[in-house]
Amino acid sequence: MLEVQDLKKHYPVTRGLLQKTIGTVKAVDGVSFQIERGRTLSLVGESGAGKTTAAKAILLLEQPTAGSILFEGKDICRLPPARLKTEYRPKVQAVQQNPWSSMNPRMRVRDIIAEPLEVNTRWKKKQIDSRVEELLQQVGLMPEWAERYPHEFSGGQRQRIAVARALALNPALIVLDEPVSALDVSIRAQIMNLLKDLQDLYNLSYLVIAHDLATVRFLSHSVAIMYLGRIVEYGEGEELCTNPLHPYTRALISASAMTAQNMEEDNGARIILGGEMPSPVNPPCGCHFHPRCPAATDRCAVEAPAPKLYGTHYVACHLCE
Amino acid sequence: MMQNRAKTVLEVEGLRTSFFTRKGEVKAVDGISFYVREGETLGLVGESGCGKTVTGLSLLRLLPEPAGRILDGKILLDGIDLLALSKKEMRAVRGKVISMILQDPMTSLNPVYTVGEQIAEPVRQQQGLRGEKAREAVIAALRLLHIPSPEVRLRDYPFQLSGGMRQRVVGAIAMSCNPRLLIADEPTTALDATIQAQYLALFKEVQRKTNVAIIFITHDFGVVARMCHRVAVMYAGKIVETAPTEVIFRQPWHPYTAALINSVPRLDRKVERLYSIKGQPPSLINLPPGCRFCPRCPKEREICREREPEARQVGSEHFVFCWQVS
Repeated sequence: MLEVQDLKKHYPVTRGLLQKTIGTVKAVDGVSFQIERGRTLSLVGESGAGKTTAAKAILLLEQPTAGSILFEGKDICRLPPARLKTEYRPKVQAVQQNPWSSMNPRMRVRDIIAEPLEVNTRWKKKQIDSRVEELLQQVGLMPEWAERYPHEFSGGQRQRIAVARALALNPALIVLDEPVSALDVSIRAQIMNLLKDLQDLYNLSYLVIAHDLATVRFLSHSVAIMYLGRIVEYGEGEELCTNPLHPYTRALISASAMTAQNMEEDNGARIILGGEMPSPVNPPCGCHFHPRCPAATDRCAVEAPAPKLYGTHYVACHLCE
Repeated sequence: MMQNRAKTVLEVEGLRTSFFTRKGEVKAVDGISFYVREGETLGLVGESGCGKTVTGLSLLRLLPEPAGRILDGKILLDGIDLLALSKKEMRAVRGKVISMILQDPMTSLNPVYTVGEQIAEPVRQQQGLRGEKAREAVIAALRLLHIPSPEVRLRDYPFQLSGGMRQRVVGAIAMSCNPRLLIADEPTTALDATIQAQYLALFKEVQRKTNVAIIFITHDFGVVARMCHRVAVMYAGKIVETAPTEVIFRQPWHPYTAALINSVPRLDRKVERLYSIKGQPPSLINLPPGCRFCPRCPKEREICREREPEARQVGSEHFVFCWQVS
C-alpha cells in the first residue's frame, strides 16, 4: 500500500551572513521499505537515527530530497496539492509522542476530534457530533466527556483522544511516533492493546516509530532497524527479534532484554557497545557502524555494505556474507 | 548472601510525607519503611505519582516548603536520625554523605559553568579542598565515571557534551565526595538504549569500587533486573512488596507487582495480548479506605475494602502487604 524507495532527506548546514552551505546533515540517507494493508512496520533506532525524519517525509511535513513515496501506486511527491488534499492527506494520519503537547489546551475534546472532519468533509454538525461520540466509545472513553478540556484527562486518556482524532477520517495508514513512551507502564499496555484491536477492526496499517524493541515486537509485523540515516536490518519482526544478524541489532536487543530468565546469563553474554552515535554531519566512512562494531574489519571502514537478503530479512553488513 | 552481613547504611521507618494544597492534604508518601545496605542497590519501582521521587527528596529533606512536610517517621543514616538534625547540620550531609542524580542532565547541570567548576563545587564546600587538591579530586571523579581525557573535558560546558557524557558528569558530581548513599532518580530514562546499557554497567563498577549504597528510582523493570539487588514496589504512597530481584520476577505475590511485570511487552517471547490493569491509580487526596489497590485488583475481597493490609513475610527478605497472603 505504501512503498518508500531510496528516500533521502538532507539538510544543509549553513554559516555566516550569506548562508553559505558548509555541509549537509544526511538525516535520512537512502531508506526503502513498504507497508501492506492491515500490517505494522516499525522503524527502530536511537535518537538521531533518522526515524522521525522518515516519518515526517511520509506525512509530507518535510519535502524529501530524493527518492519516491508511493501510496496506492501514486507517487505522492509529484501529486498536485489539490489532489494531495483529497487523495492522500485524509488517508494518512498521525499520533504524536507526547499527549500533553499534541492538543490545543483551549479546545474541547469534541472540537479536537471534530477538527479533521470539519476541514475535510462537508458534514453537518449533527453528523459530526454523532461521529465524535462513536469515536470516543471506540477508544474506550465516555461520550459525555466530549465537552471537557484536555487538562481534565490523564496521559493515557489523552493518548486515547489523540487516537480518536487520528481515526476520525477513516484513514488507511496511521503514523505513530513513539505512541506509548510518554505513558506509565500499566497504561502503556492498555494503549497498545487498543491499537491492536483497532487495527484488527479497521484493517489499519501502522508505521510505528519507537526505540524500545520489546514494544515493537508486540506491535509490529515487520521491523526496520535504523542507524545514522540508514536501515541496517529490515525484515519480519519475529525473525528479526529471535535471530538478529546485524551486530547493531544484536546490541540493541541485548540492551533492552529484561526479566529474570536472562539474569543468570547476564554477565558475559550481554553486549555493551562502547562510544556513541557519531554526528550525522560527518558520518564515518564505509559502514556507519564500524567505529562501534565489536567485529569490524578493515573492509568495513572503506566500503559501505549494501543490503542483502538473508533468509527472510535484509541486512546491510559485510560480516554476514 | 554476602549482602546479608553488610552493614545497613540507611533505615527508614514509617516515613510520612504530605503536601498541603488548597484542595487538601496530598498523602504522597504514607508510612513506608525500608533499608539499604553497604554496596547494595535497592530499586524503588512504581508508576508516576506513586511517591518514589518524594521519598528520595524526603531523605535529603529537600521538599518544596512550606507545602511539603515530613509528618512522621525516622530516617536513620548510620544510626543518626536525619530528621532530628538542624538545617545547618543537614547541609553538611547533602552531597557528602547522601547525594542524588536527577533524571535529566540538561536541567540538573548549570549551562553557564564548566563541568570542572560544577564538580569542584561540592569538593570545595564539603571537603574544603582548594587549588591543585580540588583539581585532583575533580579529575579523580571524572576518571571514576570513565570520562575520556578528563584534563581537557573539565573545561567543557555542558552543551559541548552528549547526553550520555552529561549524565556521567552528573554522576561524577554525585560521587565526588565519596558518599555513603546515592539516590539515583530515573538516571537513564533520558538516555538511548545502548547508552543506557553503558551507564548501568558503569554504575555497577562504581559501586564495586566504592561500596556505595544506591537507591535506584525507576519505572522500568528491565533496569531493575540489571541493576538492583532488592526491589521495593510502590503504589499510591505505600510500599506493597519488597523482595530480592530474582524472587520478584519469579514469584511476585502482590497482584499489583504481578500485573506490572506482566503488562510489560517481552522481547524474548511473542505475546498476543498484554495484561492490562483496569482503571487508574487513585487520587492521593481522596484515598479509598482499606487497600489502595483494591478498586483495580482482580482478587479483591470484602476485607480489602475495609482494612489496610499489614506486612507479611513470605520468604527471606520478602515482604508483602496484601490480604491474599494471610
